[in-house]
Amino acid sequence: MQTELKKRALELLGDGTVDRVIGWQTGEFSYDMTPAVFTSAEDVEKNFVYNDFCGANVSKYLIKECVKGGRILAFLKPCDTFSFNQLLAEHRVSREHVYIVGVACDGMADVQKMKAAGIDGIVGLTAENDTYRIETIYGDAEMKKSDALAERCLTCKSRRHAVHDELIGEEGEDRPDSGRFDMVAELEAMTAEERYNFWRGELSRCIRCNACRNVCPACTCENCVFDNAASGIAQKAAADTFEENMFHVIRAFHVAGRCTDCGECSRVCPAHIPLHLLNRKFIKDINELYGPYQAGADAGAKSPLTSYTFDDAEPSIVRERGRE
Amino acid sequence: MKYISFENLHTFFEQASAQLNIYVPVDAAGGQSAYTRWTPGTEISRGLHTTRSAKEFFFPQTENLVEFKMSGKNIEIIDPRSETEDYAIFGVRACDIRSFGILDEVFLAEPVDSYYKNRREHGLIIGMSCTRPAETCFCQTFGIDAAEPQGDVTFTEVQDGYCVAANTERGKAFLDALGAIFEERSDDAAAQAKEKTREIMQKLPLAGLTTEGFGGDRLDALFDDPRWAELSEACIGCGTCTFVCPTCQCYDIRDYDTGHGVKRFRCWDSCMYSDFTKMAHGNPRLTQKERFRQRFMHKLVYFPANNNGEFGCVGCGRCLASCPIHMNIVKVMKKLAEVKEDE
Repeated sequence: MQTELKKRALELLGDGTVDRVIGWQTGEFSYDMTPAVFTSAEDVEKNFVYNDFCGANVSKYLIKECVKGGRILAFLKPCDTFSFNQLLAEHRVSREHVYIVGVACDGMADVQKMKAAGIDGIVGLTAENDTYRIETIYGDAEMKKSDALAERCLTCKSRRHAVHDELIGEEGEDRPDSGRFDMVAELEAMTAEERYNFWRGELSRCIRCNACRNVCPACTCENCVFDNAASGIAQKAAADTFEENMFHVIRAFHVAGRCTDCGECSRVCPAHIPLHLLNRKFIKDINELYGPYQAGADAGAKSPLTSYTFDDAEPSIVRERGRE
Repeated sequence: MKYISFENLHTFFEQASAQLNIYVPVDAAGGQSAYTRWTPGTEISRGLHTTRSAKEFFFPQTENLVEFKMSGKNIEIIDPRSETEDYAIFGVRACDIRSFGILDEVFLAEPVDSYYKNRREHGLIIGMSCTRPAETCFCQTFGIDAAEPQGDVTFTEVQDGYCVAANTERGKAFLDALGAIFEERSDDAAAQAKEKTREIMQKLPLAGLTTEGFGGDRLDALFDDPRWAELSEACIGCGTCTFVCPTCQCYDIRDYDTGHGVKRFRCWDSCMYSDFTKMAHGNPRLTQKERFRQRFMHKLVYFPANNNGEFGCVGCGRCLASCPIHMNIVKVMKKLAEVKEDE
């Protein structure tokens, strides 16, 4: 895959279709890739990398890149394209500044799964068919790709690109049966107290680093209310743990109807809080109350939360459903 | 040399916890590990690191400084401080113990931070040698020996238990008060274990990382280096690296309006944030490039300039493991150490 991406990047840079490329660059340990903008063929040749550890969604960087003008080549995985489309719908990026090469994807790996399985001291890693061969300072190890699959990829919503100019690899399909709402359903089945305790427990690990917010392609406010001293509710650190928890709940409300379920929030959380479940609860509710809706599937579609129809669910439904 | 087996370790905690509260690393949900107060039945984490460092024992993420209570025209000023009880932190790695020295340089220099001093002086540090360092470890770059953690007491893991030694008078008094829970062993087992750790350290991928080219006298050359632009390009401006870092010590002081007064507290701050050191005219570091540069310049240039050449990093590797976009001090050091093409 990397060879094909590199080749295409060099061609598109060479024929002037684009003047730069956003992708990922090499890391220290075979799994720590960093998003990067490449401006020359030489740079691409030397540093561009694409493998199963390029999970970072580069769509949000395109806000900054579009302001610079010119045209940038972006390699987007299926889930990244939903983010891009949503940003397009919100006029945060412009289509003409980005040339999108969709990259077929059957899931990204999560090094944490390897570490959890006791594989540490990783110094090298190669993929062979369905297995990772891992070189560590404590000896060689291997892990099935399916066992190393990132949590969000296990419940991938779609392997189809929502937007692209061209594709590398075979286009995939929507995956309505991936079971991504199963855990939400489990939480719904809990009593209010059990659910409260679940979230209080998970959110108690929050260190308030704001990584979830800053990486989120739906969080694009230029000055977040929690950073704005004039708002009266700015929180560099919360006054108590309940306030801390509310940060996440408020953020989930703010991105409701706009969150494409890309899963970046959970990927980046240093405390491994399953933040995506908050967003999925909103997505599930929106689907059930207003009919199936996927943010970012269509940049021209109207979100159920920002449009009105006579058939809309009545607000009282929240009160009724909230009763235990 | 004192020795205690893995099976008997609980007797150590039972005896120690009769003297004082003892905090131990415990595995929590989500592959996390955090310091928790030991109670009977507590299982000690065998992992390398707690997710957050031990610095919060002395420098908690939020801490009340003073309270003002208003009634009519009267303002009552309340000092929330009380003398901290003695406590012990068990299982601190060599890198984290070194970080305490770095924090001391900041908080115990004149004017002394009495909040920090109170917590620091009551904490007994029980170090733990490393037996299975990770690829992200680079403490040796800063002259730290992972096999020989400092602190009041050192536990050296050997095949079937721990060799235990006191390094300070305080540590000795603590061990002496424990009673007959230790066996006697020759020093050989500990020496062998230490040698093994040092051998592993030599094999680590970052073993060759050096501080050459960094230090207090490199301000001008490094500050103006054009490569900060590309290094900081992908930074999302979150505070992960600063909050998991054992040496990051910046804080903000804020007022919380209670409705009938003010609670003044301090909380960890991050130079990566848009409102860090914000003044009336705004943030002096206009873009993420300057904010990003600040963090690494602080550790690699400003801190040694002000502290006899000591670097402000201990190579624990937490930032390498947790940065959302995998940019970190190692990548910065390696990039800046590359000879520039025009030189």
